[in-house]
Amino acid sequence: MVRKVMTGNSATAYGALVSGVEVVSAYPITPQTTVVEKVAEFVSDGSFKGQYICVESEHSALASCISASQTGCRTFTATSSQGLLLMHEMVHWAANTRSPVGLVNINRAVGPPWSIWADHTDAIAQRDTGALNIFVESAQEILDMVIQGYKVAEDPDVLLPFIINADAFFLSHTFEPVDVPDAKKVQEWLGRYDPPYPLDPDDPHGYGSLTFPHQWYMELRYNIKRGMDKAAELIPKVSKEYAKLFGRDHGGLVEEYKTKDAEVALVAMGTMVSTAREVVDRMRDEGHKVGLVKVRSFRPFPQKELREIGARIPVLGVADRCYTYGQEGPLSTEARAAVYTLKDRPAIKNYVVGVGGRDIHVEVLRKIFLDIEKVKAKGLDKESVWVGLKRPPGEPPEVM
Amino acid sequence: MADQKASTRERMKGKAPKFTIPTDEWMDVGHVGCQGCGGCHAMRYVLKALGKKTILSIPACCWAVMPTVLPYSNLKVPMLYTAFEVTGASISGIRAALDVRGRSDINVVGFAGDGGTVDIGLQSLSGCVERGHNVFYIMYDNEAYMNTGIQRSGSTPRGAWTTTTQVGSTEDWKREPKKNIVEIMVAHRIPYAATASVAYPEDLVRKLKKGLEIKGTKFYHIMAPCPTGWRYPPEKTIEYAKMATEACAFPIYEVEFGKYTINKKPSKKVPMKDYMMTQGRFRHLPEKEIVAIQKEVDYDWDLLQKKEQWTKDFK
Repeated sequence: MVRKVMTGNSATAYGALVSGVEVVSAYPITPQTTVVEKVAEFVSDGSFKGQYICVESEHSALASCISASQTGCRTFTATSSQGLLLMHEMVHWAANTRSPVGLVNINRAVGPPWSIWADHTDAIAQRDTGALNIFVESAQEILDMVIQGYKVAEDPDVLLPFIINADAFFLSHTFEPVDVPDAKKVQEWLGRYDPPYPLDPDDPHGYGSLTFPHQWYMELRYNIKRGMDKAAELIPKVSKEYAKLFGRDHGGLVEEYKTKDAEVALVAMGTMVSTAREVVDRMRDEGHKVGLVKVRSFRPFPQKELREIGARIPVLGVADRCYTYGQEGPLSTEARAAVYTLKDRPAIKNYVVGVGGRDIHVEVLRKIFLDIEKVKAKGLDKESVWVGLKRPPGEPPEVM
Repeated sequence: MADQKASTRERMKGKAPKFTIPTDEWMDVGHVGCQGCGGCHAMRYVLKALGKKTILSIPACCWAVMPTVLPYSNLKVPMLYTAFEVTGASISGIRAALDVRGRSDINVVGFAGDGGTVDIGLQSLSGCVERGHNVFYIMYDNEAYMNTGIQRSGSTPRGAWTTTTQVGSTEDWKREPKKNIVEIMVAHRIPYAATASVAYPEDLVRKLKKGLEIKGTKFYHIMAPCPTGWRYPPEKTIEYAKMATEACAFPIYEVEFGKYTINKKPSKKVPMKDYMMTQGRFRHLPEKEIVAIQKEVDYDWDLLQKKEQWTKDFK
């Protein structure tokens, strides 16, 4: 193990390197760019001995990774925003071909207008693809989750692609000390990737083909559902196993912070969780009984975990760093659905915050926590509010 | 039929066999292509030339459905189905993975239609050729989006009726000449690009076998007529493919490291009118348009011969 001070993008590249990826195919996009540069550095200094394809687009990046994965190799790519959206067709393709491609998405806002800062729209747009969709809050967690991603995704009962989401600049370009585990030890733990049906002239098959409504399409999709269910089971287990070997446990599908006796809690994903943890500590010091729920896995979704939390805590605020037009923040919708079957449902209020990288600083989150407490005291006033918006004339009611 | 076979055998008696096409079959009966499908011949000959150690990657095109429905396949080599626009990327990935695992003995073949190559797949093809992956790229050209039902592609020739160029009272036939994909490949400084036709299988097989000796991306533009889309009787596929070459509408040539060689030079050019009037897709054309098309074809043929001349001393 080596401890180095590095950016999230470096941690991304190191994660792929120590996982023993064999084919990397990627295309540069801000703020992911230094990932592809770091991989090129590994090629030039001889530490990466696989194949590095500098493709002509993100779409081709994922397409070539899928074909390489189907040929039987461990594959990796990274992208952001428009790049992930361009890949979208192939994210479906990766899941539908059951290819456990590893993908790190540096979350970035979608244009126009151009914005290269943190926003979760790109990741949430992949919701229905069948890819595992993981959100992290530190460079260390990126690295650890790339490794664990392969462990989960390559399980013969899962075989699905995974996306590790890391907020632009807050993680991609910020330095922090990161433990890089020993590559040999990691690869021993992961084992060699050998899919059940690699492309092989000695054992020829058709990979894809056509299927009619009365034939196999529905069954194949059901199998993906089962794969995703299995992933939900494996993510906490693998995290425990990883902790035993490498000393860090980031939690399962969710990580709870000071929720045991909490009267209200905030549910959130990504880097804002780190700030929220600090806010919880400060408010606890002042006597507020607040807690925090970090959703680490958006797909598979922690349905059971949130239901269990919702049964204990009467008011939940859900923070979203993006928005589903015509509805509300996507995490909030999912949280509401999760707790719906409870007899005594918690009140849920949605806070749309930090869109396009707008800073979610301590005061913003403090304001949100105080508002959640207000909901507890006075009841739910609004379902969903936009926080920190510059108020246009007329002050629409959903602005806080 | 039996008599013909006997006489062939008799004629061959005592002579060294001249057949250059391998007798191995890598494509079984049972495909679901149309009668007289040129694309079927293309696949059969490509696999005969490249043999067992071949992996195919096929995007959306007629061949994405022709091997029949899941879980069956009439091909005896692995066939990867991929998205419409990614053949170039897919074969790049397969090649990279095989090289990592030390399987450089396997041929990687992208097999795409004309729309999947010159239109939606052009970007990923260009990337693949520029990066120079050691792969084969086959474009079987039936001159329209035939699998979706005869819509115009960038490879549809000038004058053609398609379901998106419906002629009608406004004379809305395809007004633009087809893209010259081989020239686009040559502009990439590709080591080997060639045209071939299902009408000349020996030439086709020879060119693929030549490709086995060349490192880098090899591109083949194969004429594969489509009775359904071109509107002609299915038994005429080979005849009309041949006519396309004899009319110089589809010249057979190869470009090796920039050096042009024309492989079929018709002793007497078939007039474009004779070629075009065999097919329903051109029958609406007035004389004036046919004359203009003839002029274009003559120009292109002339230019191609000049290129052969200009590059004849290239080594």
